[in-house]
Amino acid sequence: MRFRRRESDLKDWAVQKDRRFRELMVAAQAGDRKAYGDLLRSIVPVIGRLARKNRIERDLVDDLIQDVLLTIHRARHAYDPQRSFTVWVAVITQRRSVDLMRRQQRQRQSANDSMLQHQEDVETDLPSANLDREETRRAVRQAVDTLPAGQREAVLRLALEEQSLQEASAETGRSVGSLKVNLHRALKALRGRLTLRTGE
Amino acid sequence: MAGGNQDHDAVNTMIERLVADLAPVPPVTSPGRTMATWLGVVFAFFVMLLPFGDFAALIARLQSAPDMWLAIVGAILTSITAAWTAFLFNLPDRTRAWALLPMPPMALWVGASGMGCLREWSLPEFGEIPAHEMIDCFAIIVAVSIPLSVMMLFTLRRGYSLMPRAVLVFAGLSVAAAASVILQLFHPFDATAIDLAVHFLAIMIVVVGMRLFGGRAIGRAQFA
Repeated sequence: MRFRRRESDLKDWAVQKDRRFRELMVAAQAGDRKAYGDLLRSIVPVIGRLARKNRIERDLVDDLIQDVLLTIHRARHAYDPQRSFTVWVAVITQRRSVDLMRRQQRQRQSANDSMLQHQEDVETDLPSANLDREETRRAVRQAVDTLPAGQREAVLRLALEEQSLQEASAETGRSVGSLKVNLHRALKALRGRLTLRTGE
Repeated sequence: MAGGNQDHDAVNTMIERLVADLAPVPPVTSPGRTMATWLGVVFAFFVMLLPFGDFAALIARLQSAPDMWLAIVGAILTSITAAWTAFLFNLPDRTRAWALLPMPPMALWVGASGMGCLREWSLPEFGEIPAHEMIDCFAIIVAVSIPLSVMMLFTLRRGYSLMPRAVLVFAGLSVAAAASVILQLFHPFDATAIDLAVHFLAIMIVVVGMRLFGGRAIGRAQFA
């Protein structure tokens, strides 16, 4: 009995909350900036909870929140006050979550492809006919040691330790773009140095 | 943790920007009223073209070939349901399940049109439709679709969709089905297999054209 009453109280609370959101949104559609600010700040935790429910990675939740807020801003004229505002936000959040995960997947794939391509280029360019395997390893280590700090870090973490761009970015504090540029420069430099060393 | 605070600041900064950018907006028209407007426009277009077509021949043909009624009813229902789906998808919170709505009438339209083909095959005395008639059919569907597409895009301009491609595909399907009905004023014959292929090609051109050019026309920021 107590559980049912609690469930009913929660439902009433959710309905009241949704009614409040709807009122704020109608005021915002009419141009009330205070109401709009209150509404957006109120729904940030709602979007955050929905993001975690949609299994969005923790470091991407705020990206998603900004994405959803921007969508709400652009689509505010398309909200029908007869319908639930919470459901409206939930559907937008769900769709934007899917878009975000697809973008992440594409970026990871693109980063992996470019790293693999560079790795293949280095391996095929290495004059392995003239150096035995141990000498090759020594040559690569020495060449890596001569790289500038940023490029050396990118090669060690991404190519040798096989970290993802996100992991490397989180540990080094460098942006994903910066890591990619450093890796590209490092592999280009290594190719040049190792080719010079063998005289080909 | 420092990174986390920066992100929260970014959210707060965005909220301040959005609030500063706020301007009053008139709410978008409900899908029901949009639908009523669209039906009125298409009907008015049909009535406008009546004097140029052969309505009497169409009625005579319908009386002698009842399955043509099915094809016309299928096309009309396809146009209505595809338009309804497009108008719903033009709002950000509607379920994708609405995409199934035009499927049954489309099956009726295609199936009933195909029965005309079977009649041609089983009754060879009907004879073939001349090639220039088929080209005329193609031209009529595409030509009628252009003003209907413009009117449809005008109707869609105020929504906000998270599925803009789907909106334009269903809008194109609705326009093409309506054009196919209007075509009957000028082409009150059973469709041969080649006729159907030509109709299908014209319809695909309309749907793909709407998909390719419609986004630019209605200026969707997220259309990619």
